[in-house]
Amino acid sequence: MSATLPYGVTAAALIALGLFGLVAQAAVLRKILACNLLGGGVFLLFGVVARRGATAADAVPQAIVITGLVVAFAATALAVALALRLHQITGAATIAGEPESGPRGE
Amino acid sequence: MSGTTPGGWLLVFTLALPAGGMLAAFALGGRAAERIALAALGLGVLLAGAVAARVQAAGAPLAYLVGGRAPPLGIRLQADGIAAAMLLTASVVLLAVALFGRAAHATPPGVAEARAPFAFWTFLLALSAALAAALLGADLFNLFVALEMLTFAALSLACLDGRASQFRSELRYLFFALIGSALYLLGTALLYGAYGTLDIGLLAAHARADAPTLLAAALMTAGLLARMALFPLHLWLPPAHAGAPPAASALLSGLVVKAAFVLLLRVWVWVLPPAPAGAAAPLLAGLGAAAILVGSLVALRQERLKLLVAYSTVAQIGYLFLMLPLVLAGDAEAARRAWLGGVLQAASHAFAKAAMFLSAGLIAGAVGHDRVAALCGAGRAVPMAVIAFGLAGLSLVGIPPSGGFTAKWLLLTAAIGTGQWWWAAVILGGGLLTGGYVYRVLAGSLTVPPATAPQPEPQAPGPARVALALALVSVALGLLPFAAFGLVQIGRPGALAGAGP
Repeated sequence: MSATLPYGVTAAALIALGLFGLVAQAAVLRKILACNLLGGGVFLLFGVVARRGATAADAVPQAIVITGLVVAFAATALAVALALRLHQITGAATIAGEPESGPRGE
Repeated sequence: MSGTTPGGWLLVFTLALPAGGMLAAFALGGRAAERIALAALGLGVLLAGAVAARVQAAGAPLAYLVGGRAPPLGIRLQADGIAAAMLLTASVVLLAVALFGRAAHATPPGVAEARAPFAFWTFLLALSAALAAALLGADLFNLFVALEMLTFAALSLACLDGRASQFRSELRYLFFALIGSALYLLGTALLYGAYGTLDIGLLAAHARADAPTLLAAALMTAGLLARMALFPLHLWLPPAHAGAPPAASALLSGLVVKAAFVLLLRVWVWVLPPAPAGAAAPLLAGLGAAAILVGSLVALRQERLKLLVAYSTVAQIGYLFLMLPLVLAGDAEAARRAWLGGVLQAASHAFAKAAMFLSAGLIAGAVGHDRVAALCGAGRAVPMAVIAFGLAGLSLVGIPPSGGFTAKWLLLTAAIGTGQWWWAAVILGGGLLTGGYVYRVLAGSLTVPPATAPQPEPQAPGPARVALALALVSVALGLLPFAAFGLVQIGRPGALAGAGP
């Protein structure tokens, strides 16, 4: 138990940092990085679960983490692509402001 | 529960057909993508119908063990009543949106391949595959992957026009979805640590009401609420749904939100033990009631047609949550009614809201803008779209004989039957407010324009017919014989096997 404790604490810290970054940062790129921190924390927790109480590591959480990494990679790529296009169009990559704006008059 | 049932291969086809179609459409591109999408989605309706018929006939869920391995090592695909019903709903709405999109997203003549149409047809198939995976999955981690696929496909469809405002609102949607999925995944990690499995059937059999389980359920619920945009996490939804092209809006509002709701039901009704779930359900229903009132009131004040329809989605999602305390109240008859009411609300709202967004797009296209205050003359320019909007509105308000009426009536009687009359008051009040905003649109559209107004340009009737057909289905759900509804009870924990509707 104590062998996995530092990892568990690190996972919790990463998750807290990621959540804070997602909520507090305005720039899109920082939000994307915060998402990755958050995801890293969750994956580390799966690692802790895999090690806990077993002599040999459980393989299922490892498979889950690998799949999760692929999903997180896809999400990051999509978010970066959207942010890049937004920057090309408007010259700034921020989603703050004009929360209620709908489509412009079409 | 154990082993592959006869007809289980249908589930594999339901998943593989749109996924394979997406790959083929991506590889062949151009006009072939459109043909593949239409063929695959048409076949999808037949497959979903076959799945529903098999489940109804057998009176038990269909199951398929992937690779022949049983959980906890293997992965199970399963279609119970609610999955079969929502699968059928989703396949019909998807096909309708595809037929609608033939006009708006056709590859222009003389071009081998255009970016937007190619993306539309490919992502439409991706969305169909993700929805099938989200409804048929029986493993909490697989469902996480399905929800992520759903978000990616839906988001890409919503950004098709490539406007800056779209990118902004879809990025906000993506961040909400990512927070939601991280919280959900955190919950699955805790559940795996506690039970060593993520199979819903095994969890349902073994789950205890202890601290890790409750914490996991709370995290997963919070994550799913962010994805479903339940009040007060709804702020991302209206701009994201209203800013998208009409076909994408219809899918986002009608179907994507419902997949997360089915997953929420899996957590609350299957995984969580009844006692803590029943104790916490009024909290969620309270948020749902707040969503109904706030969403409807804000919809009443909207100046833009599509934003009005999007806020109406915020309100109608609230109705879904009213079923939780009624299903978990411990009264078998009320649970049966509330369950049917909730599923019917999800299905009829899917049809009605898809019809509404499609017709709102047609109305805005004909009038040249989407300001609710200046819709005068729309009734003359696109009469079929206005009728579709009105019929869909009837179902949302809950006027008999529509699907929305039956759904709300079942929830209402279940609320009174379990002595929780306050939910009944919310249902009635919400219906009144809904009537208000539907009336605003209809009154404006049906106003006769002054004689000096320019004659509207004639519009092709095809897309309006699709919207009208969807609206008619949402009304016709209220005319189905009650025996047909026995389907949605199949596989529900606490439902007596073979009991009538």
